[in-house]
Parts: sequence; C-alpha cells; structure tokens
Amino acid sequence: MADATYQPGQHPDLPPPPSTTGVVGWVRNNLLSSPLNIFLTVVSGLLVYFVATSVYEWGFANADFSGASRQDCTSGGACWALINVRFGQFIYGFYPEAQRWRVNLAFVGLVVALWPLLFDNVPARKQLLWYAGAYPIIAFVLLLGGFGLESVETAKFGGFLLTMVIGVTGIAVSLPLGIVLALGRRSDMLFIRTICIGFIEFIRGVPLITLLFVASTLLSFFLPPGTTFNLLLRVLIMVTLFSSAYLAEVVRGGLQAIPVGQREAAESLGLGYWRTMYLIILPQALKISIPGIVNSFIGLFKDTTLVAIIGLLDPLGIGRAALADTKWQGLSSEVYVFVAVLFFIFSFGMSRYSLYLEKKLEVGHAS
Amino acid sequence: MSEAHVTETPDGAPSNDVLIQIIGMHKWYGSFHVLKDINLTVRRGERIVVCGPSGSGKSTMIRCINRLEEHQRGKVIVEGIELSNDLKKIDEVRREVGMVFQQFNLFPHLTVLENCTLGPIWVRKLPKVEAEEIAMRYLERVKIPEQAAKYPGQLSGGQQQRVAIARSLCMSPNVMLFDEPTSALDPEMIKEVLDVMIGLAEDGMTMLVVSHEMGFARRVADRVIFMDEGEIIEQNEPHAFFENPQSDRTKLFLSQILNH
Ligand SMILES: Nc1ncnc2c1ncn2[C@@H]1O[C@H](COP(=O)(O)OP(=O)(O)OP(=O)(O)O)[C@@H](O)[C@H]1O
Ligand SMILES: [Mg+2]
Repeated sequence: MADATYQPGQHPDLPPPPSTTGVVGWVRNNLLSSPLNIFLTVVSGLLVYFVATSVYEWGFANADFSGASRQDCTSGGACWALINVRFGQFIYGFYPEAQRWRVNLAFVGLVVALWPLLFDNVPARKQLLWYAGAYPIIAFVLLLGGFGLESVETAKFGGFLLTMVIGVTGIAVSLPLGIVLALGRRSDMLFIRTICIGFIEFIRGVPLITLLFVASTLLSFFLPPGTTFNLLLRVLIMVTLFSSAYLAEVVRGGLQAIPVGQREAAESLGLGYWRTMYLIILPQALKISIPGIVNSFIGLFKDTTLVAIIGLLDPLGIGRAALADTKWQGLSSEVYVFVAVLFFIFSFGMSRYSLYLEKKLEVGHAS
Repeated sequence: MSEAHVTETPDGAPSNDVLIQIIGMHKWYGSFHVLKDINLTVRRGERIVVCGPSGSGKSTMIRCINRLEEHQRGKVIVEGIELSNDLKKIDEVRREVGMVFQQFNLFPHLTVLENCTLGPIWVRKLPKVEAEEIAMRYLERVKIPEQAAKYPGQLSGGQQQRVAIARSLCMSPNVMLFDEPTSALDPEMIKEVLDVMIGLAEDGMTMLVVSHEMGFARRVADRVIFMDEGEIIEQNEPHAFFENPQSDRTKLFLSQILNH
C-alpha cells in the first residue's frame, strides 16, 4: 500500500501497523524479536514444560490424598494423606475442636477489617474503619474467650493460627512504632535521637532468634518470682520490636528522599511539626517506602516460623511433630511443600497488593 | 548602616505602621559569618526588592523573618512578636507571613485546590467549604481556577508558581516574602508570575522580594536593597538606586546584571 501524501499540517492520525499490536505483535516483540530471543524462548518453554509435568505427576496424577498411614500411599507420588489427617492441627494447632468456629470467625472478621484499610472504594468505609479499629478487641475476646465464651489458653494456639496472630499483630504494631522511631532518629532533640538510634542499632545487630530465646528464658529472671508472663505475649513483643527497628530504617530512607523544601513550605504556612509530618512528609515518604515496608512485612511473616525453635507449634512445628510419628516417617517433602505453599499464598498476596498500591498512588507525583 | 535604618522610620511613626523590624541581626553558619549587622524596617504596604550577588545572604535574610533560619544575635520583630525559640510565637508569626520559594515547593501528593485549602483548614480552622471558596477566589486571582483539580506535577512551572502564590494568599498573610520566585522559570513564564505579583503590589500587599528582575523593581518597588557578603550595602528608592548608585560594589553589580 503506497503511502498517501498530505499537505504540511494536514497529516491525519493513522492507526499503528497491525504487526506491532495485538497478540501477534506482542509475541513478536517479546518472544521472537531476535535469534537469541527465539533460542531463549524455546529453552525456557521446554524447561517450564518439564518442571510443570513433573510437579503435576508427583503432586496430583500419582498422588494419594487419603489414608491412615504411609502404607496406604501406593501410587508412587506424593502422600497428601498425612496433610489430610493433620490438617486441623496445621491450621488451628491444639485449639479445642469444638471452639474452632471462633478462629474461623476471627479470620473472616480480619478479612472484613482489612478490606476498608487496604482499599478505598468500599461501601460504608467509614463504619467499617471504626469496626477495623475495634477488631483487635473482638479478635482478642474471640480467640481467648470471655463474655460467655469458654477461655482458651494461648499455649493451645498453634499452626497457621499462631502464624497469623504473630504476623498480624507484629505488622499492625510495628508500623506505627517504626514510624515513630524513624521520626525520632531524625529529631533535633539529642536525647530522643540518641535513644532511637541506640534502640534501632541494638535490635538490628542481634538475630531475631536470640531475642526469642531471651523472651522464652531470660525475661523470667527480670520478673518478680511467681508472675507468669505469657510466652506468646513475650514472643509478640520481641517480634514487634525486631520488625519495628527494620521498618524504622525503611521509613527513614523514605523521609530522607523528601526535599527539605516540602517541610519548609508546610512550616511556613504555620503547620507545626506534627501536622507537617502527618499531612505532608509522611504521606510522601511512606508512599516511596512501600516496597521496602512490604518487604519487611513479608520477612516478618516468614520469620514467625522461628518460634518453632523455642517450642511454639507454628505450621513448621506441627509438621515436625507429624514427621516424628512412626506411621508417617519419611514424608518431609510433602510437609515442607505444604507449609511452603501456605506461606507463599500470603506472601505473594502481600507482594501483589504492594504493586497495586504503588500504581494507585502514582498519580500526581510527576514533579 | 544604622543611620539609614533611622531615616527610614522617622520618629513618631505609629508603631502599628511597622510590620517587620530587624535590629542588629547577625547569623553564622558554623564559623561562617553569613549575615552581619542587618538593620531593616518594613512598613505596612511597603514593597521592597532585595538584590545582590549569589551567596550574599539574601535568602538567608528573608528566611530569618519567618524563622526558617534562626539568627544568633540581634532582634527580629514581626507584627510586634519577637522571634525566639518559642515555638508558639514562631507559628504565630508564620501564620501572618506568606512565603514563596524559588522551587515552588507545592505538595505533589495534593491537588492544587488541596494545596490551597490545607493552611486555612488546619491552621486557620476554617470549615472545608469556606476554605475552598477562598481558595477558588485566589486561584481566580492568579488566573488558573480551571487547574484546581489537577496535581502540581501536571502544571507548567509558571502555573505552579502561581499556585504557590495563591496557596500563601489563602492564609491572608499581612506580608509576603518572595525568594527569587521567577529564577527557576523559562522566560515566557516569568511574565505571568510577575504580572500576578504586580497585581498584588497594586492591591497594597506588603512585599519583600528577592529578585534580579530589575524591570519589576523599577515598576513596583518603594525601595531597592543591595546586599553583598552578608551586609546591606545600599538602599534607595528605585530611580535613585539605578541611576545613581553610591557604592562601587553596587555599580559593579548593576553593570553585570544590566549588561546581558
Ligand atoms: N545551610 C547552610 N550551611 C552552611 N552554609 C550555608 C547554608 N545555607 C547557605 N549557606 C551559605 O551562606 C551564604 C549565603 O547563602 P544564601 O542562600 O543566603 O545566598 P543568596 O544571596 O540567597 O544566594 P543566591 O542568589 O545564590 O540564592 C552562601 O555562601 C551559602 O553558601
Ligand atoms: Mg537565594
């Protein structure tokens, strides 16, 4: 097709050539743009095919899903019967079976509470936010008992319930704490600055597992004899402090990236320090810190598995207990794959949410 | 220099007439003596243009007026309030003093309208509706009401600077400080900002402007101040300042900026 000629200034807008758009254009541009690209496409295609079929055969086609012991697994693939039998423990730990509905309700309640916090086009968002504010109390009563509900000791918490309790509490408390620490570290007041730097550097310099050991053993020396200070609470405090120190550094990075002119402009309007931080500096600093913040959250979420070492039965702890059972020996692949998938679902969800949030907040940040 | 200061405020002038008074102010950055014995009185309604070579301390001086910088000796008195470490007094002064920066410093995460209503809502405690009315009035005055819903990043430099002016005006300040408001702008945008500033001057706003726009100075200034190396070298009404500069440094400076 010969191109028509136009008078200067008369050229109309034409559609792009068909080979650059649509599925065909995409495949051409992304998969087959050069000999090297074609080669890589073929090799990775084969690799994906090979891995996918082996996983499928092991995990589904040749797998057994029910049975009472390892002997019942005869198909040669994965033996999911173990997971099936112990599923309740993986999720609830030793929470009394008759009371498990409370855990389910608390989980549903959590989803409803997160909804208005994570998304802003939510019907009745204002009321839901009030509910989200009250949720910690609701969850506390639901899980531990009171108001007519039978009381359940935290020692019975385990499995994924334990992961969620530690992960969600840690995330919810460590973010505000981390922000305060980050602001404190940049404070003009020497005393506050010194305390914050000391705290952050100390916590960051120590492995989480040692803090957990301190929580499980050493703390009792400092408490008056006879007091019982709930182990789960001690673990929660340590995990939260640990995570807040990391978050403080992430947030500080964000704060440093905001030009000083922002603070000067806000303060010259007569907004004091706190309103300048709350209205101007933090919204911008947190926005650019989102990837780092979510990264820390994912780290915290996965680090909850460390509590298995001090004897709490999170999914890994439950898994190890299951493997010690002579009926089910040798099934570590199944157990660890299952736990990995469980964690992956939540971590990947967080990661996607952070991308969504970054996209949403992109508007108006051109300058 | 202090003689000049005395002649500027003849005895018996009502104290209400004096908006800003800087008396024997010194400032150091570490051991670097950046401002030396600054004396300046700004009367209500007065328009002052400050010029001088780069690094002479012009920005530092006007930033001492709303305490973005603190001085170490002397006094700065704004609307009868002497600036000290008292945070309450600092905020009181900042409410009455508008400031426009070279780099605009608009809040990029807020729309133009929100930039303008922030101060009235959070500092003046006005209801949102009223704050928005005021904001729209000033956005009209700087001739960009149609941009109210946009974010600063979507505007040109000249438009951003006009929003910055509107944002300050929304606080109904008694005096406006401008720190080189046009020097980050392309030539075709300078005029739109200067026009807004001329309009403000004609309406009687008290203004203290750091600028090298000599055309603007001739047109609106009551007084032009020349600074060099942290001192006020010379001040005069514009005609005399430009036609008959007294000090050699002023002459040199003027020949440099007028000859390109
Ligand atoms: N925060 C600071 N710490 C140390 N020195 C500084 C600081 N800010 C400014 N100075 C120095 O103080 C002097 C005066 O700076 P100032 O910004 O007031 O000059 P200016 O007259 O506004 O110059 P310009 O026309 O370039 O804006 C300069 O020599 C500058 O290097
Ligand atoms: Mg300057």
